[in-house]
Amino acid sequence: MNLITDIGKYFLLMRRVFVRPDRARMFFRQFPRELEKLGLASLPIVIIISVFIGAIMTMQTQLNTSNPWLPDYITGLVTRDTLLLEFSSTIMCLILAGKVGSNVASEIGTMRITEQIDAMEIMGINSANYLILPKVTAFMVMMPFLVIISIAVGLVGGYLVGVFTNIITTGTYLIGIQYAFIPYYVYYSIIKSICFAFIITSVASYYGYNAKGGALSVGKASTNAVVNSSIIILFFNIVITNLMLTK
Amino acid sequence: MIEVKNVNKTFDDGYQVLKNISTVFETGKTNMIIGQSGSGKTVLVKSIIGLHKIDSGKIEYDGRDLAKMKMNEIRILRREVGMLFQGSALFDSLTVLENVLYPLEMFSDKSNDEMQERARFCLNHVNLEEKSFGLMPSEISGGMQKRVAIARAIALQPKYLFCDEPNSGLDPKTSLVIDHLIHEITKEFNITTIINSHDMNSVMEIGDNIIFIEKGVKSWQGSKDDIFHVDNESLNNLVFASELYKQVRKANQ
Repeated sequence: MNLITDIGKYFLLMRRVFVRPDRARMFFRQFPRELEKLGLASLPIVIIISVFIGAIMTMQTQLNTSNPWLPDYITGLVTRDTLLLEFSSTIMCLILAGKVGSNVASEIGTMRITEQIDAMEIMGINSANYLILPKVTAFMVMMPFLVIISIAVGLVGGYLVGVFTNIITTGTYLIGIQYAFIPYYVYYSIIKSICFAFIITSVASYYGYNAKGGALSVGKASTNAVVNSSIIILFFNIVITNLMLTK
Repeated sequence: MIEVKNVNKTFDDGYQVLKNISTVFETGKTNMIIGQSGSGKTVLVKSIIGLHKIDSGKIEYDGRDLAKMKMNEIRILRREVGMLFQGSALFDSLTVLENVLYPLEMFSDKSNDEMQERARFCLNHVNLEEKSFGLMPSEISGGMQKRVAIARAIALQPKYLFCDEPNSGLDPKTSLVIDHLIHEITKEFNITTIINSHDMNSVMEIGDNIIFIEKGVKSWQGSKDDIFHVDNESLNNLVFASELYKQVRKANQ
C-alpha cells in the first residue's frame, strides 16, 4: 500500500516539476550551478573508479582467458564491451546514485525541515519546479559526458596494465579494443545513462522534498533515495536492455 | 483585513484541532494569536495561509474567499503575503542581500538596479548595516537573521504579514527590537499583521488585537489594555503566569 502511495505522490510531484518555470532567468541561473555541482563535481570519482576498474578488468580477463584456443586480443575486446555495455552506464550510475542521490536528498530535505521550502511556497513560488527541475535536467545533460569519460578512462586503465606489467602487451590490447566494435553499443549506453540520471535525481528529490521532522528524517530520506533509486536503476536496466539489445 | 468565519479543522487521526473559530484580523494592527502549546495557534495560521485545508468555514482576504480560489490564484495571493518563520527560514545558499533580492527577482518587473535599491532599502529599514549584506545567514546572529527575514518579507510590499513565534530563541532586548520593528512596519505600510506568539512581553508591548485560543476554541478577544480586566481563568493563567506580570496586573486594577 505504501509503495502505491509513494508512486502516486512521486508522479504528482513530477507533474509540479515539469511545468514552465516562474522565471526563466532564475532557472538558467540555477542550471549551470547544478551542472557544476552534480556533474563536474562527480568527475574525480568517475575517473578514479573507471581507471582502476578498467585495469582490474583487463588483468582478470587476461588471467581467466589464458587458453591456446582463444586469441590474446580477446582481453581488450571483453574489457571494452564490459565498460561500454554495463560498467560505465549502469555500475557508474549506481555509484553516482550514492554520491549525487544522497547530496540531492539531503539538500532538499534540509530545506524542507528548516522551512525554506515553506517560505518559497508562501511567496507563491512553485518550489518543486524551482528546486528540482534544474537538478534533473542538469544531471541528464551531464551524464552522457560522464559515461563517455568513464569509458575512455577505463580503456586507458586497461592500457596501463600493458605498460606497467607483463600480463598483456599494449599492442595486443589495442588490437582487442578496436576489434569488432559496434557503435550502437555507445548509443545504448548513453540512452541508458540518461534514463538513470533522471531516476537518480527525481527519486532523490522526491524523498528530500517529503522529509518530515528533524535531522534524522533527512538522513532517512538520503538513505531511502540511494537504496530505492539503485533498485529502480537495476529494474530499468533490464527493461532498457530488453528493448534495445534483444531481437 | 482577513476574516475567519466558523473555521473547523480535524486531523487525519480524528482530533479536531480548530472548533468553529470566527474572528477578524484588522488592517494596520498587530493581531496576536496566543494560547498554550498545542492549542491550535499554528494550525490556525497555516489554515489562514492555505497550507492546511480546513473542513468547513470561510477565510476571506479583503473579501476574497480562499476556498474558492484555484491553485494559481492562491499563488498570486501569496505574493501579497509576507511570512516571518520561527527559524527565519533564510535560504542558506544565498547571502543576506540575495535573500532579500530573491522574491523581487522572482516576481518583480523592476530593473536590476531598482531591485538592488529596493533590497538595500528594506535591509536599511530593519537597521542592518551595509557590511553585513554580503554575509551568509550562518555568519550572522539570530537577531540579525530575523531582521533579514523581515526585510525579505516586506520586499514585495505585502498586504498581509504573518509572523510565527518571531521572538523564539532571542534575548529579551533583541525581542523588543524585533517587536517594535514589526509594529512600526505594520503601521507605516498599513499591513494586516498576524503574529502567533508565546511571548507575553510581545503581547503587552504590541498587541493591538489579541485572540486567545484554548483547546481549538476562541476563548477571548481584545486589546492589550483590556487584558488586565478579564475574568478568564485560562487566559489569566497564561498571561499572568510570572510574578512580575501578576504585580503589573495588580497595579493596573
